[in-house]
Amino acid sequence: MKISFYSIILPACCAILFSCKKDNYKEPSSALSGKIVYKGEAINVENYQVPYQLYQFGFGKVGSIDGSFTQDGTYSALLFNGNYKLIIPNGQGPFKWKQLASGAPDSIAITLNGNQTLDLEVTPYYMIRTPTLTGGAGKVSALFKAEKIITDASAKNIERVSLYINKTQFVSGANNIAKIDLAGSAIADPNNISLSVTVPNITPQTYVYARIGLKIEGVEDLIFSPLQKITF
Amino acid sequence: MKKIFSITLLAILLAAGGCKKDSAFLDIPPIQVIPNEVAFSDPALVLSILGDLYNRQVDFSGLDNGWSSFTDFSESFPSENGSAFFVQRTSWGYSEWNTWDYGYIRDLNLFIQRDSAATQLSAADKSRFLAEGRFLRANYYFEMAKRMGGVPLVTSPLTYDYKGDATYLQVPRAKESDIYDFVISEAEAIKNLLPADVNEKSRATRAAALAMESRAALYAASIAKYGAATPQVSLPGGEVGIPASMAAGYYTKALNAAKEIISIADGGNGTAGNYSLYKVLPDLSDNFAAIFLDKSSVNQEAIFVEDFKAGAGKTHGFTTNDQPFSLSDEGGDAGRLDPSLNLVEAFEKLDNTFAPIPTADGSGNPIYYTHPQDIFAGRDARLAGTVMTPFDDASPYRFKGGIVDIWAGYLLGDGSILTSDEAGHLKPLPNTTTPVKVVGKDGPVNGLELRTQTGFYIRKWLDPTVGSGRRGRGSDVAFIRYRYAELLLNAAEASFELGQTTTAAAFMNKVRSRAGLTIPLTPAQVTFDRIVHERRVELAFEGHILFDMKRWRLAHIVWDGTPTNLSDLKTNIGAAAKRSTQPWGLWPYHYYNPGNPNDGKWVFREVLPSLVTGVNRFQFGNYYSFINDNIRAANPKIVKQPNQ
Repeated sequence: MKISFYSIILPACCAILFSCKKDNYKEPSSALSGKIVYKGEAINVENYQVPYQLYQFGFGKVGSIDGSFTQDGTYSALLFNGNYKLIIPNGQGPFKWKQLASGAPDSIAITLNGNQTLDLEVTPYYMIRTPTLTGGAGKVSALFKAEKIITDASAKNIERVSLYINKTQFVSGANNIAKIDLAGSAIADPNNISLSVTVPNITPQTYVYARIGLKIEGVEDLIFSPLQKITF
Repeated sequence: MKKIFSITLLAILLAAGGCKKDSAFLDIPPIQVIPNEVAFSDPALVLSILGDLYNRQVDFSGLDNGWSSFTDFSESFPSENGSAFFVQRTSWGYSEWNTWDYGYIRDLNLFIQRDSAATQLSAADKSRFLAEGRFLRANYYFEMAKRMGGVPLVTSPLTYDYKGDATYLQVPRAKESDIYDFVISEAEAIKNLLPADVNEKSRATRAAALAMESRAALYAASIAKYGAATPQVSLPGGEVGIPASMAAGYYTKALNAAKEIISIADGGNGTAGNYSLYKVLPDLSDNFAAIFLDKSSVNQEAIFVEDFKAGAGKTHGFTTNDQPFSLSDEGGDAGRLDPSLNLVEAFEKLDNTFAPIPTADGSGNPIYYTHPQDIFAGRDARLAGTVMTPFDDASPYRFKGGIVDIWAGYLLGDGSILTSDEAGHLKPLPNTTTPVKVVGKDGPVNGLELRTQTGFYIRKWLDPTVGSGRRGRGSDVAFIRYRYAELLLNAAEASFELGQTTTAAAFMNKVRSRAGLTIPLTPAQVTFDRIVHERRVELAFEGHILFDMKRWRLAHIVWDGTPTNLSDLKTNIGAAAKRSTQPWGLWPYHYYNPGNPNDGKWVFREVLPSLVTGVNRFQFGNYYSFINDNIRAANPKIVKQPNQ
């Protein structure tokens, strides 16, 4: 009896003693956040459609920590302190991200030690300037300028501009209750583009959220104007 | 003295007995493993090794891949609540559709190496086995190229030397065109080593090699031609993307390979065997459905199949999963794969024109039909051969002697609808007390799984054999990987792209006349839109749509992530770039309005099933599937796919 008691209690004590040591990492707690900007001005994109990738080297296999930008172009990630590299993959976003001579995306080195804010400077093909969205008489109207930012050999034309409205704050080509398109070829004056869309019956809601989207030829992601709440 | 003698004798005996070498002592032939020399001495053993390699072929849609491998792309609706994600997601992950099975490639390479080294096989067996191994290897490289673009081209088994440095085993990705060139050259090299036998369908034949070559060359050609419109889907090293200048060469190869099967000056029965279109049954729709069911020697259309055998352990559950609920062999197991109205309306009218299924007249009033079948009258016979429509009572009945009971409820005189959320439910009609059935036994009811939710059931591949719908027995309908009609369409497309529209029309009209479209297309009427359309309806649910849309670089246009409304659905039918991002349904209603001349007739409404909340959104990054991080960490020479 005595023997079996000791034979149980001894390993148990050992186990308790040795397990006192913490066997786990603390969860990542340093926040890296910021937004995509062009000369300080935020770039609005479609929610969850424009990705970024963070790489941390020195831990064997190399894979990316993936994330994506929100509607207003912000991003945030909770990470361990350390050295990271951030890229936006080629072909993503309505803008140009710096590239190396080989064509691979250039990376931004980040030394993370505590929370950090880092805005990512990009060059958009176009910017939507002075967007004025107004509502009334069951319609939402928009007036804006499309400024061509990239004018060199890699310049691209406007495929179309669209005015999207939705009942919720997520407004895009995939999430809308009504939209109106205007083909790029039909734009007479890029400095004075107007669009107007009829609001479908959404009683009892008396307001909608609206954004203007601009589609660039050969570029997948649209650039948007900031979200506005419109009472009609 | 005697003692010494006996000790010495014992020592000598021991020493003599121990003379056997250690290696000889330990080297005992294993009893549970067959060594290579033995395995490759007997054709039956080699065939069993080859059988495993045949079984490991990768198909996109396949009868043993599960019914859901036929779903998606808005060609159908998945009527199983656990699979609703197909119509609720708003994009495809970049990893979707990837394949990277170098274990299979290694086994094929080992097979080829061992077969080449075999000494006791007859020369005929040896060369046929070798050709089959090379066929399977080329076919899998083709499958990888379709999904991943250029991949490392490994054609001999790699062996690690245990010296701690594996870099010499790291093979970079070949150019996309190199993989297609490899497939084409392998097919050319082995075609004469394989039998030209029309009755050999589940092993590689000359026609199978040529059919693979034709399809591969056609894919390469269209990637070269249409890839020019999407320069962002390419890599500077050519791992993805093929230069436009190579298009004509590939189209010519695709045409020649198809012609080798088709010819005697394109009238049929070329050098690969007596292949021809299946024209057996008088009813053209039943005839079309029978192509996929008839495994007898009468079927000279099927070229290369994955065969099954009931009662012998190789069956599949396609019929169990997709049979009509009201005709099901297996209680509650049915109805999962429901073709969409998007596909149904794409079947053209017999006068070669496109039109939506007419539910309303010019001024928007509903059209009343005496019989639910009337709305589908005068369409391509392949419609009824591919899809089961409500109350199809053509004689003999389309499936297992039954009529599918698909209707969504009563439309009352005041415009309201009397229905139920339970299929086959009884309720009294207005001003009556006797309960009557208010929804068909097959639905449609939104969210009611295992019955149709689009108003249609699949017919292609569905096995009418009694018992084939039971889980225990399963179905042994074969999956046709390559068939003669596809080669006619390959030849039509290649000739069209090479500017030979007369030949293109001739090839295409063969396929169309079999479907009852007897007014031939003139050469001027053969357009790119026609080619796209013809493949979509002829080859629906055969695993082509994704790869066809990818190679034409239409995928990001057709599945652009914009929800479709009713007018999108009903316009531009037959246009290659028509948007199809959500699967629509067509629900029949019984009109109940005593005293009205239309009482008892049928009206139809286009319905977007309520579970469809997502859209198909194909991004540039979806054109070539993601190569996962483990692969790229193990081999840093692998470059990433574009736009990912």
